[in-house]
Amino acid sequence: MVTLSINGQRVEVEQDTTVLEAAATIGIKIPTFCHDPRLKPHGSCRICVVEVNGGKNLPTACVTPVYEGMEVETEGEEVVTARKEILDLLLADHPLECLTCEKAGECTLQDLCYQYGIERTSYDGERNHYEIDYSNDFYYSDQNKCIKCGKCVMVCDQLQETHAIGFAERGFETHIATPMERGLSESTCVSCGNCVSVCPVDALAPKKKTKFRYWETEKVRTTCSYCGVGCQMDLLVKDNKVVEVQPAEGVNDRMLCVKGKFAFDFLSHPNRLKMPLIRKDGRLQEASWEEAYDTIIGKINSIKEENGPGAFAGLTSARCSTEDNYMMQKFMRAAIGTNSVDHCARL
Amino acid sequence: MELYRSHILVCGGTGCVSSDSLKIEERFIDLIEKNDLKNEAKVVKTGCFGLCEAGPIVIVYPEGAFYSQLKVEDVDTIVSEHLVKGRIVTDLLYKESIQEGEMQSINDVGFYKKQERVALRNCGVINPEVIEEYIAYDGYEALGRVLTDMTPEEVIQIVKDSGLRGRGGGGFPTGLKWDFTAKAEGDQKYVACNADEGDPGAFMDRSVLEGDPHVIIESMAIAAYAVGANKGYVYIRAEYPIAVNRLQIAIDQAKDMGLLGENIFDTDFSFDMEIRLGAGAFVCGEETALINSIEGKRGMPRPRPPFPAVKGIFNKPTLLNNVETYANVPQIILRGAEWFSSIGTEKSKGTKVFALGGKINNTGLLEIPMGTTLREAIYDVGGGIPNGKAFKAVQTGGPSGGCIPAAHIDTPIDYDNLIELGSMMGSGGMIVMDEDNCMVDIARFFLDFTVEESCGKCTPCRDGTKRMLEMLDKIAAGTGTVEDLTKLQTLAKTIKNASLCGLGQTAPNPVLSTLHYFMDEYEAHVHEKRCPAGVCKALLNYMVIDEKCKKCGICAAKCPVNCISGTKGKTVYHIDTEQCIKCNACLEACPFDAIKKG
Ligand SMILES: Cc1cc2nc3c(=O)[nH]c(=O)nc-3n(C[C@H](O)[C@H](O)[C@H](O)COP(=O)(O)O)c2cc1C
Ligand code: SF4
Ligand code: SF4
Ligand code: SF4
Ligand code: SF4
Ligand code: SF4
Ligand code: SF4
Ligand code: FES
Repeated sequence: MVTLSINGQRVEVEQDTTVLEAAATIGIKIPTFCHDPRLKPHGSCRICVVEVNGGKNLPTACVTPVYEGMEVETEGEEVVTARKEILDLLLADHPLECLTCEKAGECTLQDLCYQYGIERTSYDGERNHYEIDYSNDFYYSDQNKCIKCGKCVMVCDQLQETHAIGFAERGFETHIATPMERGLSESTCVSCGNCVSVCPVDALAPKKKTKFRYWETEKVRTTCSYCGVGCQMDLLVKDNKVVEVQPAEGVNDRMLCVKGKFAFDFLSHPNRLKMPLIRKDGRLQEASWEEAYDTIIGKINSIKEENGPGAFAGLTSARCSTEDNYMMQKFMRAAIGTNSVDHCARL
Repeated sequence: MELYRSHILVCGGTGCVSSDSLKIEERFIDLIEKNDLKNEAKVVKTGCFGLCEAGPIVIVYPEGAFYSQLKVEDVDTIVSEHLVKGRIVTDLLYKESIQEGEMQSINDVGFYKKQERVALRNCGVINPEVIEEYIAYDGYEALGRVLTDMTPEEVIQIVKDSGLRGRGGGGFPTGLKWDFTAKAEGDQKYVACNADEGDPGAFMDRSVLEGDPHVIIESMAIAAYAVGANKGYVYIRAEYPIAVNRLQIAIDQAKDMGLLGENIFDTDFSFDMEIRLGAGAFVCGEETALINSIEGKRGMPRPRPPFPAVKGIFNKPTLLNNVETYANVPQIILRGAEWFSSIGTEKSKGTKVFALGGKINNTGLLEIPMGTTLREAIYDVGGGIPNGKAFKAVQTGGPSGGCIPAAHIDTPIDYDNLIELGSMMGSGGMIVMDEDNCMVDIARFFLDFTVEESCGKCTPCRDGTKRMLEMLDKIAAGTGTVEDLTKLQTLAKTIKNASLCGLGQTAPNPVLSTLHYFMDEYEAHVHEKRCPAGVCKALLNYMVIDEKCKKCGICAAKCPVNCISGTKGKTVYHIDTEQCIKCNACLEACPFDAIKKG
C-alpha cells in the first residue's frame, strides 16, 4: 500500500494505482478527455495535469503512478492556468456551434469550458477545414470538431481490433482518417460504433433519426436482445421512443456490435409484429395469444398422430437466451420425442 | 602486410562526397596505376575529417600534407609533383596549414589544435569499409577483454566510474542506465542505438557511422554483455545512405569474423544486430517514439514510466544509447575510467563533438574536452566570425536549446552550465550568430522547425507551438502587440510544463532565451516597428542618405521595380518606400555607401 495526500487529504491505495484513480477513491474528480481505463496508458490530451510536490512540471494524473509521500494538488493555480490554456488552444481550432451541435449536453469540451469559464478562444489564427465524412450508414466523422484525444483510434485498435482508422499527418494538421483518406465506406470499418461511443465531442457521432437533446432523454438499462452474448446497454428514451443506444458496463466491457449500437429502429417501426398472425383465407391475420397457442398445439398433436415424432425438427435462434435454448431442446426431446434440434448459430 | 611509401587519405564523408571526392579517389587510383606507383602509394577512403568547410579534403602521409577544396584536375598535379617528384603542392594546401611559407602538421592547425578526439578517433584515419584497419587500431580488443576477463558488473562499474553521460541530449549517466537495464526483469532484453540524429545541422552521429562503424558494433556488443541482451537494433534515418551502407558492410564483416553471432570469442556470449531505417521524423529520436517506430508503429511518444530500461522494444527491457555515447565506450574499457574522467569538468566528463555552423569561419565537426569555453570553441577552433563582424550569440542544442549571448562567451561548456543559461547540450549543434542576425527571426526559424515536427499527439505542443509561431510571425511583420509578448511567455510556460515528451517540453526554449537576453530587439519590433538587425523584411525601409549621394544613378539602374527617382548629376536620388520590394540591390550597387536600410 502507498500513502499520499491529495489536496491535503490523506489517502491509502494499492501500488501501481494512478493519481486519477487514487483521487477518485476519495471523491476528487480530475477532468479527462482521453483517458479510458480499458486502453493502454497514452496521456495525450494533458487536461488532467496536476501539481506534484510543488514541482514545476505538471504530470498527467491519468498515467502517473502514485508513490509514497506524494503530495498532489488537483486545482492549484498552475494547474488551472494550464487547463485553461489547453481549453483555449482546443477552441482555437474548433467551430463553436453548441447551439445546433448534436453533442450539446453530453460534450466534455462544452462541460470543461463551462467549468473553467472559457467562453471563447483568445487566438485568432489558422484553422483546419475538413470535409465531413457521411459515407458510413450509421455515423459521421466531422474532423473539424475533433480534439485529437485518440480514443477512437485506440478503441478500434486495442478493443475492437479492426484497425480501420488511424492518425493522418502530424503537428497541427493531425487528424483521424481511414487509410489513404478513402473514407469510412471504403475502409474495413464494421460499423460497430465503439469509436462513436467514446468520442468526447461531436467528431464521431451517430446519424440521428430523431431530433433530440440529451437532457430530454431518460436512460433505461437493458440487455441487448440480438444475440446470446447479452451485452449491457442503455437505451436513451425520449417521449417513449428509443433514440440512441449507449454501451454499459457488463460482460461486454462497454462494447457493442453494429446491431446493438445502431439497429434499434425496429422498436418503433409501424411494421413491427406485436401480435401473433394466423393465416386464414390465404392471408395472415392478427389473432389473440390464446388462439395462436391453440392452433400450435392442435397442429402438433395432429401431425404427431399421423406421422410420428420423426416428422418434427426444431430450429432455435441466437437471439434467444441460453435458458430459452435449453427449454427448446428439452421440449423437442421430451414433449415431442425427436432429437432433430438445431440452432442458427451453427450455420 | 605490404608497406607503402605514401598513403593518400581521401575523405569519404557525406560533405566531401557531395563535392565529388569519389571522383577524386578514382582519379588518384587511375593515375597511380598509370605512373606505376601501385606498390608505393595507397589510396584510402576514410570517414569525415571534420573540416567540411574546406572539402573535398585529401591528406597525403607521411608528410601530412592537408590538401583542401580540391578539384578532380588537381589530382594530376598532386600525383606528378608530390607523389612522383616528392614536392608538396603548396598552392593546393589548406591555407591555415601554411605558416611563414612552411607547412605545419595538421595537428597544429587552429581547427585541430584544441581538439581531443575520442569518439572521432578513427574518423578520417581508417578505411571504414575494411575491418582489418579497425582491428589494427585496437578494434574489438575491448570486446575481447570484456568477454574473457570481466563480469557484467565490472563492465557497468567502469562505465559508471568514467562519469560518461548520454550524448543524445539528456545527459543521463550512462553507467546508471546500464545498471537499470541489467537489473530489470525479463527473459529477453535488447540494446538499441539511437542514430536518428534529427537536430538540423548536427552530423556527428553520421560521421561516426560513416567513418568508424565498427566502434558501434563493438560497443553495442559490450553493452549487450553488460545488461544481458542478445539482440541489438540500430535505428538510422534513411536519409543517411552512406552510413547505412557502411554499417551494413561492417555488420557483415563482423559476422564473417565471428565477432557477431554465436559464442563470440569462444565464450557463452552470443549477440546479433540489425539496422532499422527511420523515415526522418525528428520526434522518432525521442526514445519511446523510436521504440514505437522500431516496432512498426507510428512514431508517437508514450508516457514514461515505464522507462525503456523496464519496458522497451516489444515491452522488453531495452538499453538505448546514442551513437556518440557508444563510440566512447571501447576507449573507456581500454584506457580506464580514470583516464576518461580526467578529461572534462566535475560533472561532465570526457569530450563532446559539436557541429559548428552559422556565421563562423570553420564550419565543421569538432571534438573538444568538456569545459572548453564557448570562446575557445568559436574563436580558436572555429576560427572566429567571418568578415570582421561582431559575435552576437550562439545557439546550442538545436531546436530544443537556447541562444547564449556574447556576455556569456567565457562559460565553460558542460551539461549543467548550458542549462543554467537557458539552453542545453542537446546533440551538439552550435550555430553562431553575428550582428546581422535578428533574434526574433532566429526564434521563428527554430520554432518553425518544431511546429513542423510535432507529432500531433498532445495538445500543448501540437496547438501551442503553432500559436507561438503565429505570434512571432506577427511580431516579425510589425503587427505584434505588447500582449503578444506577455502571451508568448505564459503560453511557453504551459507548453514546457504540460507537454508529453521532450520535443514539446523544450520547444519554447529558443523563444524564451531570446526573450530573456534580447527583449530590446522584440520591443523594437513591437513598439518602433523596426528590426534592428535589418532582417525582418516587412519592417525594412531603404533610404538614400542625401549627404552621401553623389547623384550617379547607379542604384536607379539596378532597381528591378524602378522605384528610385532622380536625375543623373543633378539631384539626389530618392527611394519610393511604398513600391520598394526590399531586394537589397541598390544597397549593394551604390559605390558610395549612400543607401541605408533600417
Ligand atoms: C524530440 C527529441 C528528439 C531526440 N532526438 C535524438 C536523436 O536524434 N538522437 C539521440 O541519440 N537522442 C535523441 N533524443 C534523446 C533520446 O530520447 C534519448 O534520451 C537518447 O537517445 C538516449 O541516449 P543517451 O543516454 O546515450 O544520450 C531525442 C529526444 C527528444 C525529446
Ligand atoms: S462538440 Fe461540444 S463544444 Fe463543440 S460545438 Fe459541439 S457541443 Fe459545442
Ligand atoms: S465503427 Fe468500429 S470498426 Fe468502425 S472505425 Fe469505429 S471502432 Fe473501428
Ligand atoms: S474523433 Fe473523437 S475520439 Fe477520435 S480523436 Fe477526435 S475527439 Fe477523440
Ligand atoms: S447483438 Fe451485438 S450488441 Fe447485442 S448482445 Fe450480441 S454482440 Fe452484444
Ligand atoms: S510534446 Fe509534441 S512531439 Fe511530444 S508527444 Fe506531444 S505533440 Fe508529440
Ligand atoms: S531595395 Fe531593391 S526594390 Fe528597393 S529601392 Fe533598392 S533596388 Fe529598388
Ligand atoms: S486524460 Fe490524462 S492526458 Fe488526457
